Amino acid sequence: MSENKTVRFIITRQDRPDSAPYEEEFVIPYRPNMNVISALMEIRRNPVNAKGEKTTPVAWEMNCLEEVCGACSMVINGKPRQACAALIDKLEQPIRLEPMRTFPVIRDLVIDRSRMFDALKRVKAWIPIDGTYDLGPGPRMPERKRQWAYELSKCMTCGVCLEACPNVNSKSNFIGPAPLSQVRLFNAHPTGAMHKAERLRAIMGDGGLANCGNSQNCVQSCPKGIPLTTSIAALNRDTTIQMFRDFFGSDEV
Amino acid sequence: MAGNREFYYRRLHSLLGVIPVGVFLVQHLVVNHFATRGPEAFNRAAAFMENLPFRYFLEIFVIFLPLLFHAVYGIYIAFTAKFNTSQYGYFRNWMFMLQRITGIITLIFVVWHVYETRVQAAFGAEVNYEMMANIVNNPFMLWFYIIGILSTVFHFANGLWSFCVSWGLTVTPRSQQVFTYITMLIFVALSIVGIRAILAFA
Ligand code: HEM
Ligand code: SF4
Ligand code: FES
Repeated sequence: MSENKTVRFIITRQDRPDSAPYEEEFVIPYRPNMNVISALMEIRRNPVNAKGEKTTPVAWEMNCLEEVCGACSMVINGKPRQACAALIDKLEQPIRLEPMRTFPVIRDLVIDRSRMFDALKRVKAWIPIDGTYDLGPGPRMPERKRQWAYELSKCMTCGVCLEACPNVNSKSNFIGPAPLSQVRLFNAHPTGAMHKAERLRAIMGDGGLANCGNSQNCVQSCPKGIPLTTSIAALNRDTTIQMFRDFFGSDEV
Repeated sequence: MAGNREFYYRRLHSLLGVIPVGVFLVQHLVVNHFATRGPEAFNRAAAFMENLPFRYFLEIFVIFLPLLFHAVYGIYIAFTAKFNTSQYGYFRNWMFMLQRITGIITLIFVVWHVYETRVQAAFGAEVNYEMMANIVNNPFMLWFYIIGILSTVFHFANGLWSFCVSWGLTVTPRSQQVFTYITMLIFVALSIVGIRAILAFA
């Protein structure tokens, strides 16, 4: 019987970055243990829509296929998530696929997440270790803190938290939760802490931390379970102190 | 140098919502509550407030200007959000939306309320028990006041919650959870004070 079972998709498509989106339906043969990516591969293999017309294959992005790269993020049945981790057996049909419209759509389900990588540059989400001479090994992190930091380091810049945030949209320039949490990660590192004030000042700029309105959708949506709202509240505390330091001066160098 | 002020504007907006506007709101509700003890008690309490020294200074710098800034910047904040509770029906997301909607309702209510009372007072009317009783004599206006009071009190109570996050006072999920309960109790308590007072005029 299983060879007669099918999976129904309604996919929001878009041919060019500036063209209008439209919906197209697909019915593909069911196979056990399918996920959204393998279904999209099936459509690519045989690009025929539900009306039996030949069409262009649906474009999407992918890389790791194990929910660690974030490239395959899309809105599946109304929720932004990774297509490679979305099992067909667990989805209600027809399965609706849409691009994450918070980002510029390049084609079909492919979006441009450049703003997230620009944000990481803006907040200096790295630890400067290069010098003109060998700086030697850095200080060690206590194991407990390392485990804590590991959780924050799981961010794969997938963009789901920006898609879920009501304050990240075309009317605002909010940088979004992910790069903010990275500031907390790098500020917690013993070597990274040397540039703590610089990172805090970066997120005190326009479109930064203060734009958070505490809807807390991000922490509910993050596929990696990153405590984004705890990071944001902790940064609110850090920037409160930084604000007073910058205004009144500080005895700390 | 127009750039990079947003952080300070947002912090100022947050601070002004509690100090002085929130403090004034609580004081205002408590004074109005004297109406439950009869017209004389209310008139005495209102007269005491009216005869405070430096009245115009207090009105301008403790109420009018802070509220004006909070309201104008609040409208801007409210309209930069794109509500999405239908897709993300989480409790905090609803509160996020309600905070913005009650802000707008509160603005409409406060503008009308100030026009009917303080502005009329400037034109020579006397603000007393009778004035309020005449206003809420009209059932439509009574409901307008009840909705306005509930909206303002909710906005203030839930605002206290986000104030504590905005300044980094409540950081952990547990502290935020406990503070949700506390602020909802504040909402209920202040609602009782406000509704009892307005019903005392009806
Ligand atoms: C009785 C008058 C008012 C009081 C006591 C009050 C109080 C507060 C408080 C305590 C906050 C929390 C600040 C924070 O999130 O850190 C707040 C937030 C807010 N208020 Fe008001 N407010 C009043 C009137 C208004 C008005 C007239 C508006 C106009 C629309 C408004 C719009 C907002 C908005 C949009 C926020 C959310 C800010 C954010 O979450 O970032 N408020 N208010
Ligand atoms: S914080 Fe979570 S939801 Fe946001 S980009 Fe990183 S992994 Fe994705
Ligand atoms: S392909 Fe990398 S997360 Fe899905």
